[in-house]
Amino acid sequence: MPEPTQKPGRKTDTVIGTLLVAFVVSLVCSSLVASAAVVLKPRQVANAILDMRRNILEVAGLLDSDRDVDELFDGIEPRVVDLETGAYVDDIDPEAFDPVEAAKDPAQSVEVPAAIDIARVGSRAKHALVYLLRRDGEVVKIILPVSGYGLWSTMFGFLALEADGNTVADITFYSHGETPGLGDFIAKPAWRELWQGKRAFDESGDPKLRVVKGRVSTDDPLADYHVDGVSGATLTGNGVTNMMQYWLGEHGYGPYLRNIQGGEGT
Amino acid sequence: MSSAAKRALLAPVVDDNPVTLHVLGICSALAVTTSLLPSLYMCLALTVVATLANTAVSMIRHWLPNSIRIIVQMTIIASLVIVVDESLKAFAFETSRELSVFVGLIITNCIVLGRTESFASKNPVGLSFLDGIGNGLGYSVILILVASTRELLGSGTLLGYTVFPQVADGGWYNPNGMMLLPPSAFFVIGLIIWAVRTWKAEQVEKAEFRIHEVHRTEAL
Repeated sequence: MPEPTQKPGRKTDTVIGTLLVAFVVSLVCSSLVASAAVVLKPRQVANAILDMRRNILEVAGLLDSDRDVDELFDGIEPRVVDLETGAYVDDIDPEAFDPVEAAKDPAQSVEVPAAIDIARVGSRAKHALVYLLRRDGEVVKIILPVSGYGLWSTMFGFLALEADGNTVADITFYSHGETPGLGDFIAKPAWRELWQGKRAFDESGDPKLRVVKGRVSTDDPLADYHVDGVSGATLTGNGVTNMMQYWLGEHGYGPYLRNIQGGEGT
Repeated sequence: MSSAAKRALLAPVVDDNPVTLHVLGICSALAVTTSLLPSLYMCLALTVVATLANTAVSMIRHWLPNSIRIIVQMTIIASLVIVVDESLKAFAFETSRELSVFVGLIITNCIVLGRTESFASKNPVGLSFLDGIGNGLGYSVILILVASTRELLGSGTLLGYTVFPQVADGGWYNPNGMMLLPPSAFFVIGLIIWAVRTWKAEQVEKAEFRIHEVHRTEAL
């Protein structure tokens, strides 16, 4: 039988009682949430690493649902690059290098000057972890981690370039907070296909790759560098553009990719 | 099982269904039902949260100060939702990504707060527990119906397995792309409500006004 709803003389209906109940409920709930977060953290981290590897394999065109991700990942060579000079660094172990942690450490990172920080990266690590896919000893694809602010939060992804360091092979986003059903087009296969064969740099070496508003028209002289945007998600598209402009620019992978284009790709 | 217990558990499945009778929880029912698998996880998540929230609120109902009762219930619900969300991220990573914000939005799902406020804060623990499961089941039945319809007609599959081979893959079925878009969930839920109310006529609300026939001469 239902009891009467609000008994007027409830013991806790005093100021002290109210505060006490609020305190106890908050304490119990916060310890519940905190312990769940701590206990589940290792599994979540393992999932995140597996997912990142899967994304690298996917952007490299290697993903095969019948084979183990870790086994396939052996075919990918991680290398640490000094972003300022664009040269490979051999005294940092790629296995141990964590670009996310490095970006937070003032000794291992540089502040991105506000004037060029269009992708709102904040501070970036001095070194970057890139992934090379080799076939018969020759580098066939270069996979670059990229990040930048979209509409709601930072989008993280990989851009795969062909061995010439200019032609886009694929792009993936493995973590983003864009609007479901609108901005999340960036992770859809149909949109990723539009990137294939696009070019990153023009003749003079300027990064020209960008997402435009609406469809790229066929008579657009820069059609080779432009990717269709999605109406209603202009800010997400602009975020991707800013990301490309920053990471392909002088402060990003520009020096490294010039080395690649100059034939120092090994 | 006593009749009160049976009622608490089974009434929300059809007779007192939170979705078709009270039309609550529609937001997530629209968003996650494009395919069956994420819907099943969503049902599980909501049932767990509704059951535990009902139980917890019922346990402290005699100590719950009237002035802060809603926020205390929200705190409990929000904590449970965070735990469920974190667990999905740990044990069902792919699905948790597909469900994205909608697990978190269980916090604002009217079914959960509705049950804790209207039922668990007035009823004993056992009954509240059953009421939570019952309402979770009621929500799940509708979600599974909607998701099966949408996945089957929209992609020709169920749980990812091909049921109707698509024309594009050499089969005979031409998928209805609209079924994958949010409006179709409105249509499917509307049809289900229509069907339930035809079957259980007592669920039909009394008309708030009547259109009465006016004789032509009267109008002039």
